[in-house]
Amino acid sequence: MNSPWTVFDVMAHHKMKWWEYLGVAIALLSPWLFSSHAMMVNEIAITALFAVALDLILGYSGVVSLGHAAFFGWGAYSAGLFAKHFNNDPLVGLVFSVVSSGLLGFLCSFTILRGSDLTRLMVTLGVSLIGFELANRLSDLTGGADGLQGVLMGPVLGSFEFDLTGQVASIYSVSVVLLVMVLLRRLVHSPFGTTLMVIRDNRLRAMAIGISVSKSLMVVYCVSAAVAGLAGALLAQTTGFASLDVFSFERSADVMLMLVIGGVGWLYGGVIGAIVFKLIQDQLSSLTPQYWMFWIGLLLVILVLVGRERLLAPFKGGKP
Amino acid sequence: MTTPTHTNVLPKAVLSARALCKSFGGIMATQSVDLDIFSGDRHALIGPNGAGKTTLINLLTGVLTPSSGKIELLGQDISNLAPHLRVQRGLVRTFQINQLFMSMTPFETLTFVVSKQRGLSSKWWSRLGQDKGVLERVQQLLEQFRLSDVAHQKAKYLSYGKQRLLEIAIALACEPKVLLLDEPVAGVPAGERDELLATVDQLPSDVSILLIEHDMDLVFSFAKQMTVLVNGGVLCSGEPKAIAKDERVKEVYLGHGAVRGVPHE
Repeated sequence: MNSPWTVFDVMAHHKMKWWEYLGVAIALLSPWLFSSHAMMVNEIAITALFAVALDLILGYSGVVSLGHAAFFGWGAYSAGLFAKHFNNDPLVGLVFSVVSSGLLGFLCSFTILRGSDLTRLMVTLGVSLIGFELANRLSDLTGGADGLQGVLMGPVLGSFEFDLTGQVASIYSVSVVLLVMVLLRRLVHSPFGTTLMVIRDNRLRAMAIGISVSKSLMVVYCVSAAVAGLAGALLAQTTGFASLDVFSFERSADVMLMLVIGGVGWLYGGVIGAIVFKLIQDQLSSLTPQYWMFWIGLLLVILVLVGRERLLAPFKGGKP
Repeated sequence: MTTPTHTNVLPKAVLSARALCKSFGGIMATQSVDLDIFSGDRHALIGPNGAGKTTLINLLTGVLTPSSGKIELLGQDISNLAPHLRVQRGLVRTFQINQLFMSMTPFETLTFVVSKQRGLSSKWWSRLGQDKGVLERVQQLLEQFRLSDVAHQKAKYLSYGKQRLLEIAIALACEPKVLLLDEPVAGVPAGERDELLATVDQLPSDVSILLIEHDMDLVFSFAKQMTVLVNGGVLCSGEPKAIAKDERVKEVYLGHGAVRGVPHE
């Protein structure tokens, strides 16, 4: 039997492609390439990570959520509060936010195991609204509607101070995001990643081949929450501020739009979606501040009607 | 219940149900069913529509919990065990309506199931298909189920016959002790039927099989033991020859005053 070709096949399948290296290179250089737009680079990197976090549950595991901002917001406020009251080292703060968001994800994971997609949409939306209202009401702690102010971060690795141009911030965010992307890339190609796709494709059969569906979903929900929390923490740390909008419904909805633009169930879908969405938002809102959502809406309609596959077909060598 | 062999040593059942009952409200879907599957058995479960075959399968696999009675797998009580844990202990089923992972190829699917079977599925740092032993087993399964040619096509693009083969291949990749085949040839067009029948015929002899089937040709060519289910209860069970001659079976299963008779051997 010629099993070697299959080994080779599988290895080739999971190897980094040339365009992945190119993407990593561009991302790494972006804080310098676009140094005049460093804050934009920072924001795109953070948003992309948030979109990838949502894709882990939505695209890879088939769990819909309209309230993923709950974890983003939780991560942002926990990073801000941790820096303000305990320790203002950015990396220590990140670890704290990741752990606390992961724990919140664990608690919330019980709410997504049962029911239909519709119940999940409502429950996740509800959780994010609870987060929003808590941040609003506990104003002694969170600053309420004024936002959490006075977050003074220490220097990254003890020597790089966040500057006003945002270059250090963008280097910091891009590095963290790339590191997490490498880990997640590993995860989605692993047997555990395949377990998730199997559950998404056919939950009944997944059970019938001995997979503990609930356990796998709980694990990925925790991971997704932790990554979303990490994205939120990066935002709070690099802007030195956390406002109520980190919990807002618009944030949850926008990130879902990004996935629709970039493609679900594909690690780079969220990244591409975030870049396209943010750039369009930036360009259009300077042209037509009031009506930029109209153009985003039109883009979505075209995307859905024509189909992303067909739009991108020329670039994929015509392969459907 | 009669034992399948007439030796002095009573063989131990791999899977057995004792006085299994399930009621939905006032309806008794399963009534005191006794069933024994022995090692290497080829056991067919037949019965007219509404006889409770599906309910019985759901009870055995753990989708439903019995109202009363007991199910034993390899001598251990599994009556209240979760479905996926029964699978891990070797009780695996296929589905009457294909339940495949449509976005994956047969190669990917089987690589995953074999990895899962070998306890690798929670690994997140290794790559799927990194293990050489896994790939060898997958290759073997692909050939056994005549899927080598289509190994790298997504399941949704396969012909119905190939999908049916994959359906069974997935179950066998779980290395079952007992395999429940739920109407394996249902809906398969004539051109692909022989391939499927041959594959079912060549399933490893150490796997005990419970076959649920309407196709009497397959049942009588395949089964060494049969159980006839009517109105949720066991009407009779025994060797196919005896069942074929049983007047009650003719009357209840084939219809009153059946002229067609029972398929010849």
